[in-house]
Amino acid sequence: MIGQSPLRTFIAHAVLILGILIVAFPIYYTFVASTHTLQTILRPPLPLLPGGQLWNNYSEALFGGIGRIGGVSVGRLLLNTTIMALGVAVGKIFISILSAYAIVFFRFPLRMTFFWLIFITLMLPVEVRILPTYKVMVDLGMIDTYAGLIVPLIASATATLLFRQFFMTIPGELVEAARVDGAGPWRFFFDILLPLSRTNIAALFVILFIYGWTQYLWPLLVTNSNDMNTIVIALRKMVSFADADTQWHLVMVTAMLAIVPPILVVVMMQRWFVRGLVESEK
Amino acid sequence: MGDAWIAREISLSPRVVFPNKILPYLLVAPQLAITLVFFYWPAGQALYQSMLRQDPFGLKSRFVWFANFRKVLADPAYLNSIKVTVMFSLATAIVAMVVALLLAVMAEKAVRGKGLYRTLLIWPYAVAPAIAGMLWLFLFNPSIGSLAYLLRSLGIAWDPLLNGTHAMILLVSAAAWKQISYNFLFFVAGLQAVPKTLIEAAAMDGAGETKRFWTIIFPLLAPTTFFLLVVNTVYALFDTFGIVHAVTGGGPGKTTETLVYKVYNDGFVNLILGDSAAQSVILMAIVIALTAIQFRYVERKVHYG
Repeated sequence: MIGQSPLRTFIAHAVLILGILIVAFPIYYTFVASTHTLQTILRPPLPLLPGGQLWNNYSEALFGGIGRIGGVSVGRLLLNTTIMALGVAVGKIFISILSAYAIVFFRFPLRMTFFWLIFITLMLPVEVRILPTYKVMVDLGMIDTYAGLIVPLIASATATLLFRQFFMTIPGELVEAARVDGAGPWRFFFDILLPLSRTNIAALFVILFIYGWTQYLWPLLVTNSNDMNTIVIALRKMVSFADADTQWHLVMVTAMLAIVPPILVVVMMQRWFVRGLVESEK
Repeated sequence: MGDAWIAREISLSPRVVFPNKILPYLLVAPQLAITLVFFYWPAGQALYQSMLRQDPFGLKSRFVWFANFRKVLADPAYLNSIKVTVMFSLATAIVAMVVALLLAVMAEKAVRGKGLYRTLLIWPYAVAPAIAGMLWLFLFNPSIGSLAYLLRSLGIAWDPLLNGTHAMILLVSAAAWKQISYNFLFFVAGLQAVPKTLIEAAAMDGAGETKRFWTIIFPLLAPTTFFLLVVNTVYALFDTFGIVHAVTGGGPGKTTETLVYKVYNDGFVNLILGDSAAQSVILMAIVIALTAIQFRYVERKVHYG
């Protein structure tokens, strides 16, 4: 190991702390703003320490209902967003583990065609087919429904590719042994494959949960009514820099509630998250 | 895909498989159905509509081949949007990567507290880009932003709502801020893969720390850097729609109107369907090019790794 002067170590720590300050400051300040009254927020600069309105602001936003977005409570928005994030994460894992299983462990006509059909969707993000996809949603009556928020997002190549890559590392002997023991494809799937995929599923879950939670363009397109909005979209509707009646204290509470759940997921499942992120991009 | 990729495919697929005939079709059916209905059908429609022109009342449309593309590519507003997008994407990618690399190198040096630093640096990953934008706008908006107040008291006439350059700086800061954690994790992984013996050998030959970084560590990080450049460009192109929509709405005066925002705006707000579809198809070509680059890179990693 190369020796390092204490000065350089000190500089390293100083730079890191500065980095953390930059990274954390906007979130910390949002928290501070969410504990002050509207009047305090409207007179900058805002104090650097939390105020005494924590309970009032949070209970007003969570249980009251916010005029700007049609009286919908933040509780409702959180419910919508949670349903969407969970639906997207679970749905994606479910359909991609099944299709990866079929593509790796079976041989059937059109197998590679199907694989390429799935693979090419990597190149068709929502952004490049906004209007026609919207029209499909209208035709199918999926506007303002949970299915509309979730189903179109659960088909994606990334998760399928990841499972496929992992399945290909499973030795053929294992399949052979299962077949000798008389296990059918379902027994093999549930008793061997699923337990082996546990860490991959956990890693993917974190990434997809965040993906679902932070969606913007899609919920903007498929939700019109206020009580079907996700929290991110509702937040956008609550903010206006042009007119004076933005209720900033409630905006800040909503922002905190929109940020904290996914941050908790990332920090608590950090080990899987980091692994999943670095592996899924290979 | 190259030969190496195919060779790996064949060698890795288990030769032992289940003999069922119907089951595999049932297994791929859900994903395939969703893919066809929500991906291929709309993408096909976008291609078709990009060659149609509707009359102003939306009653009749006629087939015009590539006229919409010619019109879009000759439109100064579209060319402006390309310029805005290139500037925004490059600036975001460079800022996010330089800051992340610096922090990752420092984290490698700081032996103590590495885990804690990582935990404290990764959370912006979980913040939605649109919210990141709104938080930055809250801090920097001219009427109630505390940091804008600070800037003004330093004598800077800061107003991102009226000044296009300021608006762009704000967008880049918010977009890059959100992406630092992602890049940081990849640079840390990349740095850990650099063989320690190489660095020690260089140190014994008398190479100083700065020299060691630029002649050994940085070149070995090139694959990671290149990969992140592609990922960050894709992020800046597509995932930042929320930031633009929530913070500037393309303004002031189209100075921050990115390509994706323009597709949305022309299609949903201005209802110029043919133009919007043509723009979608151009974006599709950009994504395909970027994905191809990304996968070529994956192949190279197979060769050398």
